[in-house]
Amino acid sequence: MSKRAGTGVAIVGVGNTNYAALYRDRTPRSAESLGVDALKKALEDAGLSKGDLDGLITARISDYNGFATLIGTPQLRVVNAVEGSGRMAGVAVQHAVALIQSGRASTIALVYGNNGRSAGATYGGDYGVGNVKYDWAYGMTSPGASVALMYQRYRQLYRAPDDALAPIAISNRRNAEVNPEAAMRKPLSREEYINSRYVAEPLRLYDYCMINDGGVAIILTSVDRAKELKSVPVEIMSMGSSSNLTNYYTVTDLFANGSRQAAAQVFGEAGLSPKDMDVVQIYDNFTPIVLFSLESFGFAAEGEGWKWIRDGRIEREGKLPINTSGGHTSEGYMQGWALQVEAVRQLRGDAGERQVKNAEFAQYICVSPIITSQIFRRVEK
Amino acid sequence: MTEYTKPIPDKTPENAPFFEGSLQGKLRLQRSVSTGRYRFPYAPFDPIDLSTDAEWVDVSGRATLWSWTVFHQVYFPSFKGDVPYPVIFVQLEEGPFMVATIPADVRVQDLRIDMPMRVEFEPATEEFALAKFRPVNS
Repeated sequence: MSKRAGTGVAIVGVGNTNYAALYRDRTPRSAESLGVDALKKALEDAGLSKGDLDGLITARISDYNGFATLIGTPQLRVVNAVEGSGRMAGVAVQHAVALIQSGRASTIALVYGNNGRSAGATYGGDYGVGNVKYDWAYGMTSPGASVALMYQRYRQLYRAPDDALAPIAISNRRNAEVNPEAAMRKPLSREEYINSRYVAEPLRLYDYCMINDGGVAIILTSVDRAKELKSVPVEIMSMGSSSNLTNYYTVTDLFANGSRQAAAQVFGEAGLSPKDMDVVQIYDNFTPIVLFSLESFGFAAEGEGWKWIRDGRIEREGKLPINTSGGHTSEGYMQGWALQVEAVRQLRGDAGERQVKNAEFAQYICVSPIITSQIFRRVEK
Repeated sequence: MTEYTKPIPDKTPENAPFFEGSLQGKLRLQRSVSTGRYRFPYAPFDPIDLSTDAEWVDVSGRATLWSWTVFHQVYFPSFKGDVPYPVIFVQLEEGPFMVATIPADVRVQDLRIDMPMRVEFEPATEEFALAKFRPVNS
């Protein structure tokens, strides 16, 4: 490699609410207050004050104006809000990188707040816009059922057995057991998995992300500036993105074509391959998406993902630890935000009991109608 | 007849032929005059050339089964008495994909991916009948 790989932009502060504590009751909370709690921790982590911020992107907090008012940052160089869908977690990080690279802002806070549980979100039924009403006539609703359609086809085509997804749900739960902030830490056996109720068959309860309250904040700045801060910076080495936008969340290539494009970018820019990854955080709104991600990003062969994940390979002591904080099925459904925070913590060596040994490269992958991936590496000061 | 409480798509002047076709037992879709491409659901433009000139055409009603799922969760109160109920995703012979279901006498365990199917209609309201797909030869 003649040119040093890397975007020149680093994550210098991460913060999140304690999902376990918030899960204990349904006290109504606002997305904004959850976001502020996370932001305070991220600033503390970075050793920055809010006056150091000149960029703010809020997520699932649509009123960026109200939020900036709330935190007393009226004058910023760059302000925006992204919608409260999980695909936006990677998009927001990538946009922040581009804004810092281009000099439009120097230090950007990304703030996510989700009060889904206390506000009674269901992710199905009478919500949505446009063409979904044609589908409602048949009782069709929810991203989970859309993924169930894709997985039904996958398992028929590739002869995946009834418990093919169990290793993902169980590995996530094992990781959550040693994450004190995870919302769901009760051990999960294969029997409990198999006997759990179907939501949209063939997907069971434990194939689904949970609905919980929480906030996440991520602060980014240039690598040069990061070296002067107190935290251990983690650089975004490379990024990839693509999309597959149709009338339906169900897409007939299981997002493979777009994912391969994103994979080629993220690995190509870094000069790395799947074999180089030490820990991977995969957007797991529903467990089949982990299989689709592993296959389309080149970790496993097409149709072989369900075999590839068996025998402990993806567990934290395994060859490729995945979703080390418990993922969306056990840590909490922070829609990709907490997964990126976990990537940072693993590279810093801050992951406590769930720490993967000698983690040098961590990757985030989100396969959805917008596909994003980043490879992260610790910056040596 | 008891009141029909399940959701139905909004009928508008633009998509009315789809509704009228359903009452006549016909799957009626838009076809772009310039590109010949069929589209569903209703859209004001052809996505290839963004043209607005479309005609409504009765299509063959033939489709292949791409996949299916069975809902156990109640998301709509009006479907509470139906769980577990199947939902299918089919590709029409003319190209577009469609969410639908199977007639009550077809069993989920007899479904196979890529099996040929044919549409039939079941009245829902005075304005709308539901398209359901039955495996050919069943």
